[in-house]
Amino acid sequence: MTAPRPALETATMVRAGELSAVDVLEHHLAVIEVGEEAVHAFNLVTADRARAQARAVDATVAAGGDPGPLAGVPVALKDNLCTRGVPTTCSSRILEGWEPPYDATVVTRLAAAGAVAIGKTNMDEFAMGSSTETSAFGTTRNPHDTDRVPGGSSGGSAAAVAAGFAPLALGSDTGGSIRQPAALCGVVGMKPTYGTVSRYGLVAFASSLDQIGPFAGSVADAALLFDAIGGHDPLDSTSLNRPTPRVLSVLDDGVDGMTVGVLTELLDGAAPDVVARVHQAAEALAAAGARIEEVSVPEVSLGLSAYYLIAPGEASSNLARYDGVRYGLRVDAEDTVAMNTATRSEGFGAEVKRRIMLGTYVLSAGYMDAYYNQALRVRTRIIEGFATAYTRCDVLLGPTAPTTAFAIGAKVDDPLTMYLSDVCTIPSNLAGHPAISVPFGPGDDGLPVGVQLLGPALSEGTLFQVAAVVEAAAPPLAAPRLRTGVPA
Amino acid sequence: MAEPARLTRDDVAHVAALARLHLTEEELDLFTGQLAEVLDHAADVASLDLAGVAPTAHAMAVTNVLRPDEPAPCLDRDEVLAQAPSVEDHRFRVPRILGEAP
Repeated sequence: MTAPRPALETATMVRAGELSAVDVLEHHLAVIEVGEEAVHAFNLVTADRARAQARAVDATVAAGGDPGPLAGVPVALKDNLCTRGVPTTCSSRILEGWEPPYDATVVTRLAAAGAVAIGKTNMDEFAMGSSTETSAFGTTRNPHDTDRVPGGSSGGSAAAVAAGFAPLALGSDTGGSIRQPAALCGVVGMKPTYGTVSRYGLVAFASSLDQIGPFAGSVADAALLFDAIGGHDPLDSTSLNRPTPRVLSVLDDGVDGMTVGVLTELLDGAAPDVVARVHQAAEALAAAGARIEEVSVPEVSLGLSAYYLIAPGEASSNLARYDGVRYGLRVDAEDTVAMNTATRSEGFGAEVKRRIMLGTYVLSAGYMDAYYNQALRVRTRIIEGFATAYTRCDVLLGPTAPTTAFAIGAKVDDPLTMYLSDVCTIPSNLAGHPAISVPFGPGDDGLPVGVQLLGPALSEGTLFQVAAVVEAAAPPLAAPRLRTGVPA
Repeated sequence: MAEPARLTRDDVAHVAALARLHLTEEELDLFTGQLAEVLDHAADVASLDLAGVAPTAHAMAVTNVLRPDEPAPCLDRDEVLAQAPSVEDHRFRVPRILGEAP
């Protein structure tokens, strides 16, 4: 049995023939065996397929070849990423049992980089939620305190990395679904610039906002994963056909001479212990040579309202495809419209129904101008507001989430309160900008706090550079209790 | 821009029908309250004067994404149809679509 290692070290050793990919995998499967019952990070652990991938990596090394930059590193995949022949559910009854006939581009790229796909992680149903409680297959629990949520919607991916089930994971971020669970679980999570990572094979929620990104135990490991998945893809017409920033190579470049703006609007609704951590991170950046300014982007305060008009609008259109005709659940009825209705009514959970109805309403005649089109104009204003801030600042700093992890059940019956969990992360999605959450010590309750760095489009290099400095200054965070007693 | 009237139970029932969702009486009551609350929160957006501001549908606009019109392999038909709830003669099979007996 091998001890847990950073992904970078694992890949380096596997490539050099000093460590076997099969041994790395078996270690992680053993950790899952011990901890998964308490956490429920996975909808499916693909042990046999993973073993075949790991054996192939070892065979490549034995034959003198190079399996790639992620050689032998287990990666957990959010269950809205299509995997050919492997169930992909979006944690919804309506897709239960569906086996996609193709792989998502990120899945193909991971395999080409030598990674080992270890399983499909639990999520809020169709990524609609901030706690993983809307999953049709049960709630994922926060490895730091199993009475708390892991955040969402990529809660399973965040929890998998926090619990040591996999050194790396992929999630998707439409309004904060990577960064918020990363903050709540004490791991690094990053949403790339819209268009830098192909969405081909990502089951669509809100197409103009969705973006795939990495989870990792460290900034360097997140950089390794981002470098492996980015780049133009002809299969995604919104994929940017221009060079994707490389981030691993700039991690040690520091922040000397940079200007970091503390974004006051993000501090407004945050808990005092979270705000204190943001200021502490700013002081650390100042000590490392950055200039710190307070910056206000008033338009950011409109982000939440605009998002909950735009995202449901796009979702109502995207989720029209679940009609019981071509794949997934069908509930039989006397005619096709009745079959469509019966299938959707039985297959979707309450939160998905709420969003579909909200979206249908704001797109319907008579309301589209007042709600949806207004929200699109607010989106323009938010982009302009950020642009002004970025004439003075290289990056912006704020909390990732207003609080540490909340109790399971605390918000699930009150949609608006749940939506407010995303208030700090939504603006970057509306602007298409990258942002990263870095763990920065515990809050007053001992649970992880995440600080967020925001940058303009394609500023990933700068973001990772700053994130590395923040990480180096972060107060220590106790390892999840679950890790105690896990074989090493 | 003027704020629209508050969402009613009838609005929710209408929208559910458009979205091909059947709601129970209890769901109608629950969702009407919850959705009205979300729309009330969005009143700050609905009431703004944004005349002259262009809407943004996509933050990173890309236009005219074309590729050479060359044949390429597509998904395997049998693999795709194997996922369908009902198939007949290599086609998706559905219940009757018109309001009369076949």
